[in-house]
Amino acid sequence: MALRTLIARNPLRAAAPVASRGIQTFSLPDLPYDYGELEPAISAEIMQLHHQKHHQTYITNYNKALEQLDAAAAKGDASTVVKLQSAIKFNGGGHVNHSIFWKNLAPIRAGGGEPPHGSLHKAIDSNFGSFEALIQKMNAEGAAVQGSGWVWLGLDKEFKRLVVETTGNQASVKDPLVTKGASLVPLLGIDVWEHAYYLQYKNVRPDYLKNIWKVINWKYASEVFDKESA
Amino acid sequence: MSLFNCISNQCPLGSNFGSSNKLGSFGAVPQLGGAQRRDKSRNSRSITAYYGLKSPPYKLDALEPYMSQKTLEVHWGVHHRGYVEALNKHLAKKDVLYGYTMDELIKVTYSNGNPWPEFNSAAQVWNHDFFWESMQPGGGEMPTLGLLQQIEKDFGSFINFREKFVEAAITSFGSCWVWLVLKREKRCLAIVKTSNAINPLVWNDIPITGLDVWEHAYYLDFKNDRAKYINTFMDHLISWEAAAARMARAQSFVNLGEPKIPVA
Repeated sequence: MALRTLIARNPLRAAAPVASRGIQTFSLPDLPYDYGELEPAISAEIMQLHHQKHHQTYITNYNKALEQLDAAAAKGDASTVVKLQSAIKFNGGGHVNHSIFWKNLAPIRAGGGEPPHGSLHKAIDSNFGSFEALIQKMNAEGAAVQGSGWVWLGLDKEFKRLVVETTGNQASVKDPLVTKGASLVPLLGIDVWEHAYYLQYKNVRPDYLKNIWKVINWKYASEVFDKESA
Repeated sequence: MSLFNCISNQCPLGSNFGSSNKLGSFGAVPQLGGAQRRDKSRNSRSITAYYGLKSPPYKLDALEPYMSQKTLEVHWGVHHRGYVEALNKHLAKKDVLYGYTMDELIKVTYSNGNPWPEFNSAAQVWNHDFFWESMQPGGGEMPTLGLLQQIEKDFGSFINFREKFVEAAITSFGSCWVWLVLKREKRCLAIVKTSNAINPLVWNDIPITGLDVWEHAYYLDFKNDRAKYINTFMDHLISWEAAAARMARAQSFVNLGEPKIPVA
């Protein structure tokens, strides 16, 4: 526990010189639970690597790209600004997606796996028929993602309905849900990159998908749903 | 089991599908149901094309400690085998794909950037066959003779090539492959990154060597340390002998030398 918060606090951030136009740099968000608390659905080893290595790398590279962007924009270097877009989209997307993902998970003692009640439950029933049907659909679409990607439950604010979407790395860029449509709000995302499950499930992604529902934090999804559909 | 494609002269589809064949328009017409094949066959069973899982040219523990036996067991025994089985399932259902060699199958199913579902399986079978053969126990070091000369010609030096190759692999996003290819049109070597199952055959280039940078290729041995995996591959696994053999073969299709035109 102490180790995790030590790393997450990022004391160097405060000491670092502020970038020329005050570019906001990002740091690794804390997990609201210990690495081992999602077992046996997701192993502690995976959680630690996923959080401390993969997510941290996205943040580090995102910060670097932002600094380079700031410098290039200040100089009026248009071609560099354009060239940096894919790094920003990939690493920034990785940071955004994983930040949501940690909130989408919760240990069983904190309500993980408990199906939603109230308005989100009603919306799921009317959009997908039943809660089980939604799970099935997300599992099927998640398993079908080729290579690396995510499967999402999103709220389409414009049409006021729930949708299941997948995002993948097309043209070697990982598209976060935000690029799928400005009015799509992610409620729930499941990382189906191999690093999210490989050490525990090897290539049996369907098993990972089946088990992850036991630690999905529907409380958070309901909160976001209620806020965004108000 | 060795890789083989069952081709029969009795199959009226043959390779009439390709646009290169002038009789294409005649051959492509009716026989999709396969019923005609069954009648004409001397055996009463229908002929089906299918592929077997080809073994790497070394034992599964031969690449230790640089690539563990466990990785080979899962990567070859489960992933690669899975692709082969998926491909066979596709081929059983799709008669129009009968009779192609693997290279042709990949190009046809890639369909100029709009891949059919069969493409993923076919390409990944080919990619992994190529990958196992691109490595050897006691690999690494440097290429020699003609291949080295060509690398020096196209990249300046071997060190420069190695740097570029490693950089390409490190900076590729998501599930990717990195290749050293001989470009047919440009007649030079180049480094190419492709995502998911795509390989340089679809652009009619000739792959000389390749590296699987999907996470499953290195996660068991290196966790998230992709850079270490790539450097280990370059230092201890890559088979320059295999690359040289492919280069020699490629030169029968691509003329790399200046024509020696005598001056009058």
